[in-house]
Amino acid sequence: MWCVNSFSQHSVSGTILNQHSIPLPETHVHIGQKTVSSDMSGSYTVKDIPSGVIKVYVSYIGYKSIDTTIVLTSDLTLNFKLQQMVSDLDEVIVKQIANRHNLSVREEKIKTEIIEKYSNQTLGDALKEIAGVSSLKSGSTVVKPVINGLYGSRVGVISNGVKLEDQQWGTEHAPNFDINSAAKITVIKGASGLQYGGDAVGGLVILEPLLVKKDTLFGKTIVNYSTNGRGGSVSSSLHKGKLHGWSWNVLGTFKYMGDRETPDYVLSNTGNREANFTGDLKYAAKKYDVSLLYSYYNAQIGILSASHTGNATDLYNSINNHVPAVIDDFTHSIGNPKQQVSHHLMKAGYNWYFSENTSLSVQYAYQFNKREEFDVRRGNYSNLAALDLELKTQSANIDYKYQKEDWQFKIGTNGAYQHNVADPETRVRPLIPTYEKLDAGIYGIANYKMSNSFAIESGMRYDFSQIDAIKFYQKSRWSERGYNADFSEFIFGDESSQWLTKPSFTYHNISASVGFLQQFHHEWEWYANVSLASRNPNSSELFSDGLHHSTGVIELGDLRLQKEQAIKISTTVLKKWSALSVEFNPYLNVIKNYMFLQPTGFETTIRGAFPVWEYRQTNARLAGIDFHSKWQVTKRWSHDLTASYVSGRDVTGSQRLIDMPPLTLNNKIQYARKDWHSLLLEMRSEWVCRQNQFPMNNFQTNIVIDGLQLPVVVDISTPPPAYHLLHFYSEVKLKTFGNAAAVVAFSVQNILNTNYRDYLNRQRYFAEETGRNFQIQLKINY
Amino acid sequence: MKNLKTLALAIITVTSFSACSDNDNPAIYIPVNEEEVITTITTTLINGASMVTLTSRDVDGDGPNAPVITVSGPLSKNTVYTGTVTFLNELQSPADNITEEILAEGDEHQIFYQAPASFGSFTYTDTDFNGKPIGLNFTFTTGSTDVNGNLIVTLIHEPNKNAVGVSNGDITNAAGATDAQVVYPIVIAD
Repeated sequence: MWCVNSFSQHSVSGTILNQHSIPLPETHVHIGQKTVSSDMSGSYTVKDIPSGVIKVYVSYIGYKSIDTTIVLTSDLTLNFKLQQMVSDLDEVIVKQIANRHNLSVREEKIKTEIIEKYSNQTLGDALKEIAGVSSLKSGSTVVKPVINGLYGSRVGVISNGVKLEDQQWGTEHAPNFDINSAAKITVIKGASGLQYGGDAVGGLVILEPLLVKKDTLFGKTIVNYSTNGRGGSVSSSLHKGKLHGWSWNVLGTFKYMGDRETPDYVLSNTGNREANFTGDLKYAAKKYDVSLLYSYYNAQIGILSASHTGNATDLYNSINNHVPAVIDDFTHSIGNPKQQVSHHLMKAGYNWYFSENTSLSVQYAYQFNKREEFDVRRGNYSNLAALDLELKTQSANIDYKYQKEDWQFKIGTNGAYQHNVADPETRVRPLIPTYEKLDAGIYGIANYKMSNSFAIESGMRYDFSQIDAIKFYQKSRWSERGYNADFSEFIFGDESSQWLTKPSFTYHNISASVGFLQQFHHEWEWYANVSLASRNPNSSELFSDGLHHSTGVIELGDLRLQKEQAIKISTTVLKKWSALSVEFNPYLNVIKNYMFLQPTGFETTIRGAFPVWEYRQTNARLAGIDFHSKWQVTKRWSHDLTASYVSGRDVTGSQRLIDMPPLTLNNKIQYARKDWHSLLLEMRSEWVCRQNQFPMNNFQTNIVIDGLQLPVVVDISTPPPAYHLLHFYSEVKLKTFGNAAAVVAFSVQNILNTNYRDYLNRQRYFAEETGRNFQIQLKINY
Repeated sequence: MKNLKTLALAIITVTSFSACSDNDNPAIYIPVNEEEVITTITTTLINGASMVTLTSRDVDGDGPNAPVITVSGPLSKNTVYTGTVTFLNELQSPADNITEEILAEGDEHQIFYQAPASFGSFTYTDTDFNGKPIGLNFTFTTGSTDVNGNLIVTLIHEPNKNAVGVSNGDITNAAGATDAQVVYPIVIAD
C-alpha cells in the first residue's frame, strides 16, 4: 500500500475558521512542500501532494498555529478551527480598541518598570516622566498631576475604567490611588477621551491594572527604604491568570514615612502613612467575562507645622523669615495639621463579545470617599476634624463597540449619582456644602481607516448635570455678594444670622473631538486633533466662602459662574530613525469662561486683615509645546530628553495665569549591560527654569513695629529661582531560586543636596523642598 | 441576554437602595455650631474707681463685616491700670467664655500688648504652669505725655515662649498663629 500510493498525487482542501466560526481569510497554509493562502471565505485547496507522511502547518497572526503531521493516502478535506492566542490578543485587540482611546491623539504611556521605580512615592511623581505633565504639590506627599498647565477638576483620573471621585477640586487633595496597583498609566492631553467624559479640559490620566490572560500564577513584592523620611514601603501582589475560567489578583501596600528633611532643617510634621488593598476576581468564558473589583486606599498625611498661619502678618513673617517658624527634632509621629483620607471603590463589570468585531461592556461602580482634615485647634477640638466630607458616588456605564471592515464605532451611555455630606459636627462652617449631583451622558465615536496610513476619528458627547446643594450663608455674606437680587428663590429658611439656602443648577453640555492620524512610510507619524470640552463649575468654585488657612486668604465662590468651554488644537509629529525617535507636540487651548481665583480686596476680621480672592471667569489661552526624544547612542548607551513649555494668558484681563508650570528640561543618560546581571545605570538631570510669567497678586498689610502699624508688601507672587537637580538610579537583576528573580535598585534623589523651592508647591512660602535622599529597593518576582 | 437583564436589575436595585436623600439627615439643616470662634474681645483697664473698657465685636466671623470697635473713654497719664482681657463667642447663647479655655491651655497661648513707647509700659501679672506669661492679666503704666494712637492686642496660639523677648511681651520672635488681633484707638490725657 505505502509503496504504491507514494507515487500518487492528492489534493487537500478545507476551510479555516476561528473559535467563533468566523472564516479567516489570508491564512498561511503549508502542506508538504506547498504553500497557499485561504480565500475570503477561509477556504483553501492544495493540489498535487504526493501521498505519505507529510507536515501540515497553518498559521494566522494572533492565533495559535497548528503544526502537525498527517498520513496522506487520498484526497482529503481538512477543516481547521484556530484558537486565538492570548498574548497576541492583548497586542492586537488592546492596541486597536481598548488601548487606543483616541486614534488622532498621541497617547503617552508609563510602563510597569517605570511605575515600580515610584513605588515609594505618589502617582503625581510618576506622571512627571511624561513631557507636558508636571505636578502641583502641597509639601512633598500631596502631589496633583498637571497636564499642559491644567489640574484639579480639569484633569480626570480613570482607575480601572471608573472616574475617581475623591474631592479632586481641592489643590491640597492628591488622587486617592495607590501607585503600586497600576500596571500601565496612559495620559491623554486634552478632552479627546470622550468615552470617559466631556469635561477633561486639561486631560485624562488612565490607570490600568495588570491583566493576566495566560494560565499562570505569580507574585511580586517590592520593598523600599528611603533615608529622607527614614521609612519605606512594602507592596506585595499575587496574580492568577487563566484564558478561560477564573482569574484573580490581590495587592496590598503599606507605607510608613517620618518627617522629610531639607538640606538644612527638618520639615516638621511631614510624615505619612498608607495602607492600601486591591483585589479582583474575574471569570472569562469564550463569549463573555464577568469581573468584580474592590480597592481601598487609606492615607494619613502630615501637613508641615509651619504652614499653619493665622493672618496676613503671620504669612508675611513666614515669607520674610525664609526659615519655617516651627522646626522640631525628627519624628515619625504625625500631629495636627493633618489629612486623613480613605477611598473605597467597588466595581462590577460584564463584557460580552458577540463576535470578533462586536462587544458590549456594562459596568457599575460605587465609590466612597472620606476626607478629614485636622487643624491646630483649641482644647478638645484638636481631635475633631475641621473638615469632614463624605462623598458617595454611584456610576453605571454601558459601552458598545462595533467594527466593520475599516470602520469602528463606539457608543455608550453613563449615569452617575453623587452625594456629598459635609459633617456639621466639625464645629467649623464647611468649605464645601452638602449636595446631591446627578449626571447622565451619551456619546458616539467613529473612526475610519481610509488607507493603511491614514485614519480619521470623530466623536461627540452630550452631558446632563444637575447639582442641588444645602448651604448656610451668613446674611452679611449673602448681601455682600448681591445674591438677594439674583438668587432669592434659593432661600429656604432663616436661622438668625444665616440663611439656609438650597441652590440648584442644571447644565447641558456638548463636547466633541475630531482628528486624524497620517503615517508616512512608517517613520513619520502625524497626529492632529481638535477637541471641545465643557466643564461645569465645581462645588468649590460655586460655594466656597471662608478663610483658607494655608494661604491666609479668604476665598469666595460665586453662584453666578457659568460653565467653562475649551477648544484645544493639538498636533504631534513623530519621526523614527533606527536609533533615534523624536516627538513634537505643540498645542493651543482656548478657554472661554476659564474659572480662576482673582484677588479683589480686603476684609478685616477679629483675626486681623485678610486679602479676599474670588472665583472669577475670563477668557484664557494656553499655548505650549512638549518635546520628547529617545536616542540609542550605542548598544549600551542611550539618551532620553523631555522638555515642556506652556504659556498661559488671561486674554480679557491681559494678565498671566497663575500656577503655570515653568519651562522644564529632563535629560537622562542610561547605560545598560545585559551580560552583567542586566545592570542599569542612569543619571538624570532635572532643570526647572524660573517662571517669569506670573500675575502680580502681592498685597499690603500692616505689621506692628515698635508699637506702630507699618504697611508692608506680602510677596506671594514672585516665583522662586530656577533650580537644577541631579538624580541617580541603578539596578541589577539576580536569579534566585527556580523562576524567582530579584531586582536590587539603588537610587539617589537630589545628589547635590541642592536647596530649592518649587513654584508649583503651595508650601513654598514656608519651607524649602526636600534634600538628598538615598533609596534602596528590592523587587522580587516569583 | 438573560445575564444582561440580571445585571441591569442588580444595578437598579443597588442604586435605589443606596440613593438616600438629604431629607434623611436632619443634622444638615441645622447651622454649624461654631464653638471656637472668637467674636468679642474686651480689654478692661481699672485704676481705683475709674474704668476704661475697650471692646471689639465681630459677629459674622470670617464674614464681610468688619469688627465694631468701641472705647469707653480716655486713659489718664502717669497711672497704673490693672488690666484684664476676655474672649467671648457670642454666637452661642449664652455666650461662650473662651477666656477659660485660654487659661486652661495657658502654655499654648500668649496675649501681646503693643503701643508706642510714649504710651507707657505693659507688665504681665499671670503665668502658665511653666512660669511663662499668658497675658490675660497685666498692668499698664501710662506715660507722662498726652498722646493718642493705637493699642494693639494680639492673641497667639502656640507661640514659642522661649524665644528671645517673648516672655517680656515682644511679639517679634513669637511665631505661632494669630487667633485674634484688635487695634483699639486710645487717648491718654490728663
